[in-house]
Amino acid sequence: MKKIFNQLFRSQVWRSIFRHGLPESNRTRAEAIFYNFFLHVHPIKVRKRSVKFTYTWGLGGLSFGLFIVLVVTGALLMLYYRPSVQQAYLDMKDLQFVVSSGQFLRNMHRWSAHAMVAIVFLHMLRVFYTSSYRPPKEFNWVIGVILFVTTILLSYTGYLLPWDQLSFWGISVGTNMIRAMPFGIGEKISFLLLGGNIVGENALVRFYVLHCFIIPVAAILLMAIHFWRVRKDGGV
Amino acid sequence: MEEKLNNENQNDNLITRRYFLEFVGGSSIAIASAGCAILTGQFLSPNVLLEPSLRFKAGLIENYPTDSITLDKEQKVFIVRAKEGYFYAISAVCTHLGCIANWKSEDDIIACPCHGSKFDKEGKVIEGPAPRPLTRFAIMADEHGQLIVDKGMIVGEDTILKV
Repeated sequence: MKKIFNQLFRSQVWRSIFRHGLPESNRTRAEAIFYNFFLHVHPIKVRKRSVKFTYTWGLGGLSFGLFIVLVVTGALLMLYYRPSVQQAYLDMKDLQFVVSSGQFLRNMHRWSAHAMVAIVFLHMLRVFYTSSYRPPKEFNWVIGVILFVTTILLSYTGYLLPWDQLSFWGISVGTNMIRAMPFGIGEKISFLLLGGNIVGENALVRFYVLHCFIIPVAAILLMAIHFWRVRKDGGV
Repeated sequence: MEEKLNNENQNDNLITRRYFLEFVGGSSIAIASAGCAILTGQFLSPNVLLEPSLRFKAGLIENYPTDSITLDKEQKVFIVRAKEGYFYAISAVCTHLGCIANWKSEDDIIACPCHGSKFDKEGKVIEGPAPRPLTRFAIMADEHGQLIVDKGMIVGEDTILKV
């Protein structure tokens, strides 16, 4: 087994991807981080205190991990789901009872979504209790709050997609709450969000696009900035 | 530090704790990934297809005059009734890249509009890039004189339906 790996590490293909050698000296250990797209944002030095598991509880990483799970399962669910009033509920039922491992993927998407809201909230609590929102990191706290709202919005927009009674009334109540905003702003926002005055075909397509494209893209962008700032401030 | 890392190489046949944990951890991840890949593969392959049936009714025998060629646009099939009165069905899907070929009565040929392939009434290639003659499908008649074409059943070039 060891020999196979050694051969792999010495092969032309491997060495063209990872141009430094195996991380066996201090120099190559540093290069392994600097020359890796995913790792290069790591800070030059990290305080021992902040690497301690009980300092962060890995909650930020867990949230990101759940987001990855949600993207993968969500993309797969999109293959069998059509966002139309005629098809949405039936496609959801097909996913449950006809498609192989459809029920499993759907539940994975659902439970990961629930877990993400909880974990992101716990992450926020941890940041509060370790005073990590204080200067100079106050702007990253702002981004974090926006990311928390994004998480909630992802959950909420996904709520309409099964197109059952729970979805329909959930979105009816939610958009009616928006209507309570004064000076006609609420009515306008609700009208734009639903693409009309009722929760119908337009609303379903709009929530689908928000759920599968607009909000995730915004979230990825904000996450990139969030992680980058964490690392520049000496976190992990 | 340097020494510690190189220690492993000194006893190559000895299984160190680090190697054992790496092996167990790596294998677990490999097994879990393989399971995910298999389940995803199964998920990607649909269990129910709502595609139209390959078998269709083409109408009554008497609706087709002798020495005629009729294109069923929806099914993409030519129903041909020869001078002698027998029937055969040939696909209108060009064997080159799948465009729908048309019957040109003025030239007595079946011509594909996309890349200029031409076929005769039997579906044999006259000219153009088409590599094979047009596919011939099974055609049957039931007891009421209703023609039935089965696009799932490909037959030889000399198969005909005598009526």
